[in-house]
Amino acid sequence: MSVITQKSRFGAAQIILFFSIAILVILVAFPVLLIFFNAFWVNGEFNIRDVAKIILEPETYQALTNSLIIASGTTIGSTIVGTFFAWLVTRTDLPYKSFMKSMFLVPFMLPSFIGALAWKMLLSPNAGFINKFFMNNLGFEGPIFNIYSYLGIVLVEVMYLFPFVFIQVCGALERMDPTLEESARISGAGLFTITRKITIPLVMPSILSGALLIMLYSMAHFGTVAVLGIENGIFNIPTLIYQRIHQSAGSFASIRTGTVLATVLVITAALIIWLQGKILTKGHYQIIGGKSFRPMELKLRALRIPLLIFCLVYIAFTIVLPTAVIFLVGGLKTYGLAFTWENLSLDNYKFILFDYKLTKDAIWNSITLGLGAAVITMFAGVMISYVIVKMKVRGKGILEFLGMLPFSVPGSVIALGVILAWSGQFGINLYNTVWIILVAYIARYMAFSLKANSAALEQVHDSLVEAARSCGATMWQSLKYIVLPLVRPGMLAAFFLIFLPSLRELTVSIMLYSPTTRTIGVAIYTLNEDGETVISAALAGIALILIIVGQTLINRFTRKAGA
Amino acid sequence: MEIIRIEGISKSYGKHQVHKDLTLSIERGECFTLLGPSGCGKTVLLRLIAGFETPDAGKIFIDNQVVADPVAGIFFSPESRGLGVVFQDYAVWPHLSVFDNVGFPLKIAKRPKNELRDRVMEMIELVGMKGLENRLPSELSGGQQQRVALARALVANSSLMLLDEPLTNLDANLREEMRFEIKELQRKLNITVLYVTHDQEVALAISDRLAIMDEFGRIRQTGNPWEIFERPADPFVFNFMGIANFVPVRRVGDAYLVGSGEQLIPWEPPRGDAPEWVAGFRPSDVQIAPTGTGLRGIVKRASFLGAMIDYLIEVDGAHLRTSIETHEAMSKGLMFKEGETCVISFRDLLWFNAESLAEVVKA
Repeated sequence: MSVITQKSRFGAAQIILFFSIAILVILVAFPVLLIFFNAFWVNGEFNIRDVAKIILEPETYQALTNSLIIASGTTIGSTIVGTFFAWLVTRTDLPYKSFMKSMFLVPFMLPSFIGALAWKMLLSPNAGFINKFFMNNLGFEGPIFNIYSYLGIVLVEVMYLFPFVFIQVCGALERMDPTLEESARISGAGLFTITRKITIPLVMPSILSGALLIMLYSMAHFGTVAVLGIENGIFNIPTLIYQRIHQSAGSFASIRTGTVLATVLVITAALIIWLQGKILTKGHYQIIGGKSFRPMELKLRALRIPLLIFCLVYIAFTIVLPTAVIFLVGGLKTYGLAFTWENLSLDNYKFILFDYKLTKDAIWNSITLGLGAAVITMFAGVMISYVIVKMKVRGKGILEFLGMLPFSVPGSVIALGVILAWSGQFGINLYNTVWIILVAYIARYMAFSLKANSAALEQVHDSLVEAARSCGATMWQSLKYIVLPLVRPGMLAAFFLIFLPSLRELTVSIMLYSPTTRTIGVAIYTLNEDGETVISAALAGIALILIIVGQTLINRFTRKAGA
Repeated sequence: MEIIRIEGISKSYGKHQVHKDLTLSIERGECFTLLGPSGCGKTVLLRLIAGFETPDAGKIFIDNQVVADPVAGIFFSPESRGLGVVFQDYAVWPHLSVFDNVGFPLKIAKRPKNELRDRVMEMIELVGMKGLENRLPSELSGGQQQRVALARALVANSSLMLLDEPLTNLDANLREEMRFEIKELQRKLNITVLYVTHDQEVALAISDRLAIMDEFGRIRQTGNPWEIFERPADPFVFNFMGIANFVPVRRVGDAYLVGSGEQLIPWEPPRGDAPEWVAGFRPSDVQIAPTGTGLRGIVKRASFLGAMIDYLIEVDGAHLRTSIETHEAMSKGLMFKEGETCVISFRDLLWFNAESLAEVVKA
């Protein structure tokens, strides 16, 4: 007891808080503010009439409605599909349930724009394999389905987004205390009544929160609409932003339109997140305990086999078929040839891996960007989460607010923001370099890191740190010996949560790439746009392999760490 | 000689005032218990002493050294106060073995390896965990984790230990065993223990002195266990220390009558001239008989609890409980049925004024 610690204004806590705020302000808040500023501030004055004018322009207005139509359709479709499959694998005696469950989670891994590419190959009105098959062999006069349509876009998005609802509802159904249903049964309620009056109301928060997540994702989703919509003049907000910025090479008017559209996206996203928070804090969750119970199972009886076949067909049609098409087309000598042994080879794969500079660069860029973003964001996220979850320091409220920001800022908005912020207007010009993509990735994936790290930190009870302090450890020592070792799993989770998605990232990098800074996603997309279908498919195949290998490694790794 | 002195401490969280102008001192070498209902602020007081919280006003002295004084801007961080703390949830670090948990304070103090090893093993043996030093906390029972936490708090030779409800999460048998062990350790090592709990039984069993705190963070009474139990300062303390009967008694002239009836209370009248009084007594202080002198009442409920029989008795609109050992009831013919009349007298009885009771009933 020799040291008197005077209560100073600038202790370690204040330094950490300052850095945390600085990171979020520079990387996230500043670019977003620039977007608002550019949208509303013209010639030195606040101008809202102009904003309204831009929104009401036919093209922008159309893009806004399209985003809404596609997002609504996708949300409704995914919610129905996700809830149905979740119920099927948790509450019925469907055969091979655990296999089915893991299969339904596969679309999580698959980048939806690669899926869209596959469906384009299968169902484009004139050249799609399925359409051609029907026209040539079964005597159909026209294509049976045109994927370049609202319905096509919605269906493809549903295929890749429904796991958001599926996983939430599965979790809720599994954790739900079966006595809640059993007591209803004892009171004389039939299974149908129980489902309607007990089960559905109890899992409703999970369904809604999953649905809102899909809404948020779909509103801001670039890839599917870019691949399937542009052909037919269907633009949504992110694709229109991209098109404007790209075509006009940064003219004032196009930036203006971009910022207005981005503002709409941010506001919508904030609204959705606010709604989700409301639903989740309504207290419904208290009924659902943390323990695993053995829930009541419905006997499907005569429907058991038909439903099994239905599930298998669904999996074959939405997962196996598109993946197979990507790999097969990637093996073709020229697009349009039939899938026969003499037309198929591994030459394209060899070419993109060893000879073609563009794709080699893209793979290298994606991997280094992913690693860089993952490491930086992991450490920044752990620091910021620590302040938010654990520290009692004045000014924390600002950080809590800033910490919410990354969650509600979609990728295309981040990209536009970093263009505004780091193209030289403020002394730093990163435009056309790989650094601008890195900065954007950090901003984009900060939300993942904050989520994983705060979850891990919340597990570290305050008393563990206090015990260390009372044992004579300073704040830094208790961080080093107690907190960091305990949150290491959360940090690793954050790392992989960032590294894997960044391998397949398209929305951000498409707005920021230069000829030498293509990412895998950009390369696949631009090669496909340029008509290099087979090369693009082969690269997509490589991307799928990278993602699946990465995911398998993580699964094995996390299982080991958990054991 | 006092080891902790708290002078006029105030602490609030937002609008909720937990402590207001609280003063307390704890003597060196004693086992002192802060006893109070949950939410009364006793843990906050312990955290203020440990340095996890800062007081809004007032001073805290440890070993005659000011460790917290917001006016003078003095605040000693927890690690500089040299205390041992045991937490309610054990707070044993899940990623460290028993040995590393116990050795942590010495590692931080940069003690030589050999010394560290000997001292840690000594402590592990002291708390009866020998042979388990390489286990991880997840491989230990709750009681064993609690022992690790104790050893860790003791290892650095602190002369002052703060224990925050350390036994709450243990099952009943273990709790009983551990409370004697804690007392035993305190005596053997001659340290000061500040023990915080809401369990009056534990408090009575281990304390040299204890303080009773009410839900507003005020200290109602400080004293040794015997004083607290037998000479409670007010109905709150009396009620908190066990099942209590409170029977209203009214003064009519010089006579003190029970309930709404005309029977005189068979006890010395209270000192004072208030018209309304309350007689407080424990169920065990009531003597029940079929006939004789005393208050006539009716048995409203008889509950057989195994070793004891519990009667609820009505005397002129006032209800009271008494308990009697079953074998005594059998041998002395004191088995009553519901609805039978009986006569009761008192072995002990305390007078409280009626207003102070209203406060207890409200709480």
